[in-house]
Amino acid sequence: MSAVLEQKTFSRRQVLIAGAGVAGGFVLGIPQLANATTDSDRMIGYFVEIRADGSVVIGSNQPEIGQGVRTALPMLIAEELDIDWSMVSVRQMPLGIIKTADGFTWKYGGQGVGGSTGLTSNWEYMRQVGATARAQLIKAAAARTGVAEAECSTRPGVVVCGSLQTAIPYGDLIADASALPLPEESPPLKDVADYRVIGSRVKSVDARDIVTGRAKYGVDTVQPDMRYAVIARAPVLNASVKSFDDTETRKVPGVVDVIKIEGPEPGAPYVILASGVAVIATSTWAAMKGRQLLAIDWYESPNATDSSERFWAENREMLKGDGQVVLDDGDFAQAIGDAETVVIRQYQVPFVSHAPLEPQNCYAYVQADECHIIAPTQMPSGASRAAAAVTGLPRENIRVDMTRVGGGFGRRLTNDYVAEAAMISMQTGWPIKLQWSREDDIKNDFYRPGGLHEMQAGLDGDGKVVAWAQRLASGSKYYRRPNMPDEDLFGAELYIDDFPRRIVDNIRMEYFHNAIGLPRGSWRAPAHTANAFVVQSFLDELAHETGADPLQLRLDLYGASREIEYGGHGGPTFNPGRLAKLISFVADKIGYGNTLPDGHGIGLASHFTFGGYAAHAIQVSVVDGKLTIERIVAAIDCGLAVHPNAVEAQLQGGTIDGISTALGLEITVLDGQVQQSNFHDYPLARIAAIPSLFESYIVPFDEQPTGVGEMGIPSAAPALTNAIFAASGVRIRALPIAAQLQI
Amino acid sequence: MVSFTINSKKVSFDGDGDTPLLWVLRDQLNMTGTKFGCGVGQCGACTVHVDGQAQRSCVTPVSTVAEQAITTIEGLAPSELELHPVQQAWLEFDVPQCGYCQAGQIMATVDLLRRNPSPTDADIDTSMTNICRCGTYARIRKAIHRAAELSAQGEQE
Repeated sequence: MSAVLEQKTFSRRQVLIAGAGVAGGFVLGIPQLANATTDSDRMIGYFVEIRADGSVVIGSNQPEIGQGVRTALPMLIAEELDIDWSMVSVRQMPLGIIKTADGFTWKYGGQGVGGSTGLTSNWEYMRQVGATARAQLIKAAAARTGVAEAECSTRPGVVVCGSLQTAIPYGDLIADASALPLPEESPPLKDVADYRVIGSRVKSVDARDIVTGRAKYGVDTVQPDMRYAVIARAPVLNASVKSFDDTETRKVPGVVDVIKIEGPEPGAPYVILASGVAVIATSTWAAMKGRQLLAIDWYESPNATDSSERFWAENREMLKGDGQVVLDDGDFAQAIGDAETVVIRQYQVPFVSHAPLEPQNCYAYVQADECHIIAPTQMPSGASRAAAAVTGLPRENIRVDMTRVGGGFGRRLTNDYVAEAAMISMQTGWPIKLQWSREDDIKNDFYRPGGLHEMQAGLDGDGKVVAWAQRLASGSKYYRRPNMPDEDLFGAELYIDDFPRRIVDNIRMEYFHNAIGLPRGSWRAPAHTANAFVVQSFLDELAHETGADPLQLRLDLYGASREIEYGGHGGPTFNPGRLAKLISFVADKIGYGNTLPDGHGIGLASHFTFGGYAAHAIQVSVVDGKLTIERIVAAIDCGLAVHPNAVEAQLQGGTIDGISTALGLEITVLDGQVQQSNFHDYPLARIAAIPSLFESYIVPFDEQPTGVGEMGIPSAAPALTNAIFAASGVRIRALPIAAQLQI
Repeated sequence: MVSFTINSKKVSFDGDGDTPLLWVLRDQLNMTGTKFGCGVGQCGACTVHVDGQAQRSCVTPVSTVAEQAITTIEGLAPSELELHPVQQAWLEFDVPQCGYCQAGQIMATVDLLRRNPSPTDADIDTSMTNICRCGTYARIRKAIHRAAELSAQGEQE
């Protein structure tokens, strides 16, 4: 996720970079924000097209992975442009990079979605694009009518000049407006009170195409002369191809070629995940059939004895020793020594797979001096880099088109499948559509790291937490990153500024790295999912140990609304009072504190994730060891909700993702092989797991929107396991739940 | 050679009879609304109707649908302008997120309502086994109930 988390330093550049008409209309190009830093890829331009009939085509520069960015960003432009939403259609933009003397800059603005930044990083910029376009239309109308600019204003889609009766449609003004020089500064932006589009119940611009089967995903790509490819990948982590016999494969009608794919060196940074053999055919099915008939000999892998059992045993052993101290505020040893009550617990969080429903795929056509990529990706610039690395072609000769993406969840931040497709096209000369199967996907992922957490707390005689420690032994996500020193591996797993730092004075964090061979990467809300489960479970355990109420214990810790320093992603500040407000809200909605029948219980949890806040209250029953989720109340505070339908969708979807993962998902390894392969043994939740009593609320805060893609997930799992404890006395300290209760 | 109809049009396929219907639709006929999700009949993204009944096309050899009538998501709406009540309900509740599973969810719902015009929540839990990775289940449930209402209204008119 680093590509989107790089600090963006912008300065404005006022140049009109486009003017030529498209489709009888006209393109108003308003470049913004050239990069002030030196390292390439940062120059921004965007397009608002106003057609002669007054309809507006708004370009969307970001990958749409289901988060609703193709609707939300155009809403920002439409708001300031002052246009009825019904007049808007959206066009997907390709990757835009421009070669400069010292690297590359962005043509259409930074492109890439991860870390819940799609909306927030474009919030100012897109509104300025809309406001500037509107100002140009006003200037054009003033010039035409002779009415002073200050006397002109707009109603949706038209400019109104002074007392003149006739409003002038935007479509009639656009030719004049495009010829005008742009202002030095963006015009003032609207007040929140005047918003008509932002915050309204707009529906997804793509919904009709989706329900009629017309929306195009990566898997739907069809290009002239295209051939279909699949890859037989090494079954053992880090194994490589020794030799293969393709005699039977080549007998399958439709198979046109079989080639070897070179994999990465064990332990070295990944370009692709695995060595293998690619089968190229005239249809997906022929390629799949051909793959089944390959006979491949593999070299022994250094990871051939890796196992989950050994991983967990090593973690338990490591926690007995001293790790790398990565945070040490106050005097933890003294404080825990003086504490009235000391509580120590361990929690186990497994490796999990992303499993987006659209399996990885990519179209690549590598020719002598150019390459065309069509891919479902969260990081189109990464796709360009991956293709350049494979082909040796200059990046300006690599064209990257983005399709709608059948789920991201962080899996498609990595473009390994783009590199694979480019390898196959380059070696065979064919335009290639590479298709992964579900088994390829589950067995070859950048998994969410598994880890064993030890929590320690000391409480004084009043039940106040005076000492706090989190000690984690895990496989870091940063493993195999280029230029990553060992002492920085913790940074992907322990977010040192998270709650309760700067609330509990004596706090310590320790890290132990376990170098198991499973690849790992960014899985939605990365370390927040593990840490929220651990911290929010532990708070309940502290309450239970001291006889306190779990809600009250949290409220005492969170305290009043105030901004405290937060150096991690989502900072620069964190307001624990917003968590207090949200958890009180969901507790109230679900009737927390009411007497429930035996075997029933309510659990609460809340968490601050990358700038946004969420809380969950979940009611369950546990009868004869059988768990039933009866009711879910979820709430999000994302500041200002720009696109409420999408905010709710992300809150609901995040909640379900959290529950689904906690209930039944785990990736395990035996003899160096991932043991899961498809949805029968990696059982994503189906509708029956999610009760009809499911409420989701947006709790407004201020005028500044935060992202929403990851905030809904972290507190869902601990709310569920806290509810299980309340209902049954069974404390879930190792996920998934299905290993301990019938679900 | 296998002949059948897709959305009322006659088609024939002269490749291997064991080819799953899914890949005939997608690769041979370029009808890409029906999606590939798991290949083993688990997720339901590939759901189509064979003689009116929901079937997972990724595990349906094309040889088994000879002379049968296939309906896919592309053929569900009565016309360009008019959507099927299930599609209408999906739009009303803005169900899709990434949208990849939704063709299958919609085809499964149409079949559920054919068998059970007014399903309860428990009926939905039993019948709807399609996976949505984005977690649109809360809206799917509401949209199924709404589609049942719309269908009932349609029949009264």
